[in-house]
Formats: sequence, C-alpha cells, structure tokens
Amino acid sequence: MEEFAALIDALVYTRSRNEKLRLIAEYLKATPDPDRGWALAALSDGLDFPAVKSSTIRNLLKDRIDPVLWTLSRDFVGDTAETASLLWPAPDEPPSPPSVSETVELLSEMNRKSVLTELPKLLDRLDSSGRYALLKLATGGMRIGVSSRLAKTAFAQGFDVSVDQVEEYWHGLTPPYPELFAWAAEGADPPDIENLPTFRPFMLAHPLEETVVDLADYAAEWKWDGIRVQLVRAGGETRLFSRSGDDISATFPEFLEILPMNAVLDGELLVRGSHQGGEAGGAASFNALQQRLGRKTVSKKMLAEYPAFIRLYDVLLLEGDDIRTLPWTKRRGRLEALASRLPESHFDISSVVEATDFEHLAEIREGSREDAIEGLMLKRRDSPYIAGRRVGYWYKWKRDPLLVDCVLMYAQRGSGKRSSFFSDYTFGCWDGDPDSGADLLPVGKAYSGFTDEELKKLDRHVRSNTVNRFGPVRETDKSLVFEVAFDSVHESKRHKSGLAMRFPRIHRIRWDKPPHEADRIEALRALIAD
Amino acid sequence: MAAPFSWIKPEPHGIYIPPADCWVDPSRAVDHALVTHGHADHARGGHGETVATPETLAIMELRYRTGAEDDAGEVPHKAVPVEYGETIRLKGGVDAIYIPAGHVLGSAQILLEHAGERVIVTGDYKRREDPTCPPFEVTACDIFITEATFGLPVFEHPPIEEEMQKLLGRLAAHPDRCVLVGAYALGKAQRVIAELRRAGHSQPIYLHGAMEKMCRLYEEHGVDLGELRLVADATKDELRGHIVVCPPSALNDRWSRRLPDPITAMASGWMRVRQRARQRNVELPLVISDHADWNELTRTIREVDAQENWITHGREDALLRWCQLHQRRAKALALVGYEDEDD
Repeated sequence: MEEFAALIDALVYTRSRNEKLRLIAEYLKATPDPDRGWALAALSDGLDFPAVKSSTIRNLLKDRIDPVLWTLSRDFVGDTAETASLLWPAPDEPPSPPSVSETVELLSEMNRKSVLTELPKLLDRLDSSGRYALLKLATGGMRIGVSSRLAKTAFAQGFDVSVDQVEEYWHGLTPPYPELFAWAAEGADPPDIENLPTFRPFMLAHPLEETVVDLADYAAEWKWDGIRVQLVRAGGETRLFSRSGDDISATFPEFLEILPMNAVLDGELLVRGSHQGGEAGGAASFNALQQRLGRKTVSKKMLAEYPAFIRLYDVLLLEGDDIRTLPWTKRRGRLEALASRLPESHFDISSVVEATDFEHLAEIREGSREDAIEGLMLKRRDSPYIAGRRVGYWYKWKRDPLLVDCVLMYAQRGSGKRSSFFSDYTFGCWDGDPDSGADLLPVGKAYSGFTDEELKKLDRHVRSNTVNRFGPVRETDKSLVFEVAFDSVHESKRHKSGLAMRFPRIHRIRWDKPPHEADRIEALRALIAD
Repeated sequence: MAAPFSWIKPEPHGIYIPPADCWVDPSRAVDHALVTHGHADHARGGHGETVATPETLAIMELRYRTGAEDDAGEVPHKAVPVEYGETIRLKGGVDAIYIPAGHVLGSAQILLEHAGERVIVTGDYKRREDPTCPPFEVTACDIFITEATFGLPVFEHPPIEEEMQKLLGRLAAHPDRCVLVGAYALGKAQRVIAELRRAGHSQPIYLHGAMEKMCRLYEEHGVDLGELRLVADATKDELRGHIVVCPPSALNDRWSRRLPDPITAMASGWMRVRQRARQRNVELPLVISDHADWNELTRTIREVDAQENWITHGREDALLRWCQLHQRRAKALALVGYEDEDD
C-alpha cells in the first residue's frame, strides 16, 4: 500500500499529462500481480465497495472528533477522504501497511455493520498518505486528475500495446484483470471477448465551432435529446449500455428479448411522443425519458406510459463481422438494410437531414428550436467508427443557447480542485417588479462557464458580500448579475419557481449590470419548451 | 471606576485603546499605532507614530519609509523603537511591553496593562524554533487575543527537518533542473534559507529580485543566510541543480520561464491540504509555516490560561468551538483586512 499511496500523492501533485502517464506506467511495471490490477481498477473507477460510503467515513470520524470540528474541517478541505486522513488519530502502534490486494480483500468482506469496526483497524495500519489512498480507493471516484482513459493509456504505454485494444477488451474483463496483464505484460493470447455481450467504446463528436464543412464530405443528422446507448447481443444475451459503459439493461427490459441477430448497435434512447420534431419526430422530451431513468425495477404502467425506443445511429458489429473500419456510408447502408429486420415498435433509424449546402443547413438548424431539437450532428461520410473523440470526423452542432440575466443569491464551496472556493452558484429571477419590492426566486444552479481568474473574483465577491451563513452556504447581498446560458427550460414541481433549466452555465458575469435590471421570472417562463 | 476592560475595544480596523488613543495593528493610517510585526496586513504605512521593535521598524522603513526623513528633512511618520521586555508608558496610564512571538524577525506579542488588568495581543505567532527570531514566550494575562490562521484540527505542521529533506532529496534527484521555492518575502524566505544552511546545504541559493533587500536586512540583523545570488545575474545553465527562492506570486509567472525546467515548490502551512497545493500548481508542497498549528494554538491557550480568549483573523469558528468544549471563555473578533493566503 505504501507504493500505491506514493503513486496517488505523486499523481495529485503532477500537472503534466506525460508525467502522469510515466508515473502510472512505472508503477504498473514494477508492481506484482494482482496488486497492480487492483491499482489499475482503482485508477479507472473499476472498484466498488458498497459498505464504504462517504457517510460511513463521516460517521466514523464523528465518533472520534467533535462533530462541529469535523464539519468545519471537511468544509475547508473540500474532500471527505482527505479530511478524514488528516484527522484520523495517530495509532499507538507503528503502521504495518497491508498490500493493495489485502486491502481490497478486507474492504470487500466488509458489510454495513462490520465496516464500523473493520475500517478503523485498516486505517490504524497506515500513515496519513496511506489513509488517504485507502479512503480514495474504498469510496471510488479518486478525483486526483486521472481519468479512466488516462489510466488505460498509461497501461498501454507501459506495456507497449495499443490503447484502442485495451479499450476493446476492457469491458469484457473484471478486476484485477489477470488476462489483460498476461496479454500485455507477458505476451499471452489476447482476452477472448467475441462471445461476450460487452460494451464497445463509443465514437464521440467535437463541437463545431468556427468550422464550415462541405456537405459533399459530411452527412447531417438531427441531434436527438435522449441518452446515447449501445445495444449488444452476443453469446445468447442482450445488454443495454449507457454512454459511460454502465449496464442499464434492468431499467429497460423491453430491449432484452427483441434483437433477432448478434449485433452491436449505437443509437439514442428516447420515449415515444411528439415533442422533439413534432409528429414526424416521434420523440417525447428528455423530461419524459427521465421518468424511466435510474429505476431498478419497471412497472407495466411505466412501460405503457413511457414506451422507450432506440433511434439507431450506427452499427459496429453485425452477425460476426466487425464493420467499424468501414466508412460511415457503408455502415449506414448496412444499418438501413438491417432496419427492416427490427421491430418498428422498438427501433427506427435516425434520418439524414438533406440540405443543398452548408448555408441551407444553417437555416435548418436555426429552425430546430421551434422543433425542440438540440441541434445537428455532422458525420464525415468516409469516417470509420473510432473509439473516443477524434478531430475532423464527427461534429455536434448545437443550436445557440438561450440567455437570461439572473442575480446571484447563494454560493457554496466547491470540491476537488475548487475546494475552499465558493464556486457553486444559485441564482434567481425577479418575481415581479424589483422596484416595487418584488423578491428574487431561485431558478437554477451553475458550476461552470467561468475561467479560473473569474472564479477568484467571484470567490472574493462572495466573501465580501456575505449577508448570511448556512453551514457551507453563503447568502450574498444579491448585487451581482450573471448572464446565464441554458439549453431549454421546463416546468418542474421540484423547484419553488416551478421551473427547471437544462444545462445552465454562467455565460458572462455582468459586473456592470445593476441587479434590478436582471430578468423577471415571466421572461424565463416564456421560454418554456414543454 | 470604569467597567472591566472597557479600555480595550476591538474595532473592525484594529484593536483600539481609548485612554491612550492608540491602535494595535490598525489596517488604516492612524495617529498612534502599536505594531506587532512587519507583515503588510499588520504593519501599514502612513501612521503618525509607530511603536514597534527596532527590527520591525527597520522593515517598515524599508517598505514604507516609516521613521525616515523626507526631502525637507522632516520625519512625517515617526518611529518609536522598543526592545523586547522593555516597558513603554502610553497616554492614559496604559503600559505596553513587547514580548517575542517567534513569528518573523522583530515579531512581538504586545502585553497591555491598565488599572491592574492585563491584555495580550499576539499578532501572529508560532511555537517552533526558528533560527531567524527569538522564541514565543508564554506570558500570563487576563485577556488573550490570539490569531487563528491555522485554527482547524487538520493543520499539523510536520517537523521542518522533514520538509528540508524532501526539498533536498528532490533537488538531488534532478541535477539538470532547479527547484523553485515560493516563499513569503518577509520571514518565510529567510527561514527556509537559514534552515537549508542548517541542514548542510552550502551551495549558493538564487533569489528573485523582490527578495534581495529583505534578505540583506536579515543579514544586517545577524541572521546568516550563506551565499545568495540573484537569478537576474545567472544564466539558465548556472541555475541547474540549484534552489531558487521567489515570492509565491512569481511561481506561475512569466518570470519563471527563464529557469531551467523548474520543479515548483511552495513553503506554506496551507500545503498540508492537497487541493490547496493543486490550486497553486505546486508539485512539491513543503508544509512550513510561521504560524502556530492547531495543536500549538490550543496548547498556547491552555498554557497562557487567560480568563478570556479573543480569537481573530483565521478560522475563528473552530478554535471558538474548542474553547467551548474545554470550558474556556472565548469570543471571535471580526477584524477586517487580514490576509493569510500566502503564509
């Protein structure tokens, strides 16, 4: 565990991507199996110990230190694992650190009751850095500036194999990935995943910014507002995966017995309706889909009220053929041919948007707001299907955001890189005429859209304009206006204002604008798209 | 007779002593100021008269021309030196005694006595040994006005020797690079240099131009800093394998581009928190502080054992809570203008 803890600390303090890759690769090469496999799983978010939650750690600490001091410390540090690692009382005995494998074994044996006695024993065997690494590993989501992709890239670089191949095998394997290390480090045969219903990494798109593309080279499709999914059938089993590769089959059981052939299909999961693109569009709003998301079991009523279907974008594997290297036009042809063999109740194809030239396409995109569509996708006709986000192949061309001027009301400290900065903002619109004493009603929250420099200024603004404190939340004097950008706004019973914004972010900070000139709630309500 | 301690008033801009018409560490210009130490958030220019230790006055002269003659040969901002342990009588029957605070060169706690009542204003202080200034002296009083910069139980400064070994170890591992240490220009920089010397590092140490005068001032006051050179006088190659000291603000500045692939270090108590180090893009955090850590703050409150503790600038809430838990009377003062970000 000492080497792993040292790696975690080094990664925390390293900014250079190359240096991070080097550090991880060196560790993976120098560490024996299965420790390195577990470490790789930890770095790529592949570990989950249901018994150990942030709240578990909080409760353990509150038994050992005054709860008020704990809360103040946690609030300042901005990270539960780190706060706990710093505050854990030094044990009487010198540390006798467990190996990574032993740690994983002990953690996976814990249940919600035993964790209260067993986790402290483990913490007592480690120094402060070791405790930090342990708690990060145990609660998942390391937040140390290492993405799952970076960890896999380091693995690939360390053992001189292709990262695309690592991605390909990844989802068919489980920690500590013995087959993966045997293949990459010892030259054994690659893992066999052909007959497994495993997730294949998605091809993703870049935002189209200043670029103009030639429609002779690119095809356009609508960008549907659902969730991107992959439906896989292999080895007699069908599974549905979300964009991040999470298995969501149980939430959408209607797709599990319906695919008549082995295939890997890429598409948008939507609910039947007429919100997006009208009757012809055939899809309900994202809000409707949201009723179905995140459920462990699905009632018949749900299935009937919110019937889901997949609007197909692409096909990756079909009846034993890997067709990802074929150009998009060829794959599109296979997809169209395939469509007739799929039940219409559950599938259709994302149609190609025809336009005479780019300008014409731009006009069509302008109209997409009335059709309640997010925007367009542009796909190069000769593009193979490549995992990840490659420049030049696929673009997303969202319609311009909506804008509204809001007043900053509350601010909360962020976590991770922004710990101790007031970086999460709740803002409101006027519920009437502010000059006749109307109040502000909170309408949304945003955490992004500003630079680091602006964050510092905003933090200073919050600190020097605080009128009230509620734990980690500061109420400000409501003197600052944000121009907030968002994709759409919907009715919502969850919020006091009755409105919920989709993807709100700070577009501009209007240091110059007096707060009474911010927008009224009616202005926002007029933009409702439901 | 006046109510107890009515002669001492915490105001937003400093501690005011009405009978003496005098302020302690005021954050704006006043006629009569008692100053604990030379850091800019405690010592400001423009006071009519400043009472401080000779070292603090030397620092203030360098920064604000306190005590210096103007073109007409007048001294517009008078300096009144007072040695450690010496009693100075102020107006209205108030006595002031300056006691070492162990924070930086010249730093003092100020013991104020009036009508048999004793109040100590600590300014900033630490309890660790420091080769650049005399150590903090525990002194009995009725009201103890303490700082709380690192007033959270997560703050525990490790022994400075460990941090020096971290720094020298990294330097030795990268002979073709340099280690750039961000350190507060007054106090921290000189302490780090003096501790490096103590750890046996005899190589020249390179300075950012903004550090030079203060280092010379320390040397004039008997602090041996070894061989110091300016980065401006050195070539990139000469800096390889050496330590460079700069103010924290220069760490990520264009200035640092002239250095040979620097390893960015920062000497600060905040470096105890990983995310704080990350926010400043620090690769080598050195947990070195000139303030008391949590254990030292609580130990000092216990040792001084005052009837009442007033807590200022820093994380007052937590120290206040500790006082409550340990049945010690305490309150938080809301003084403005104290910056602690660079320690």
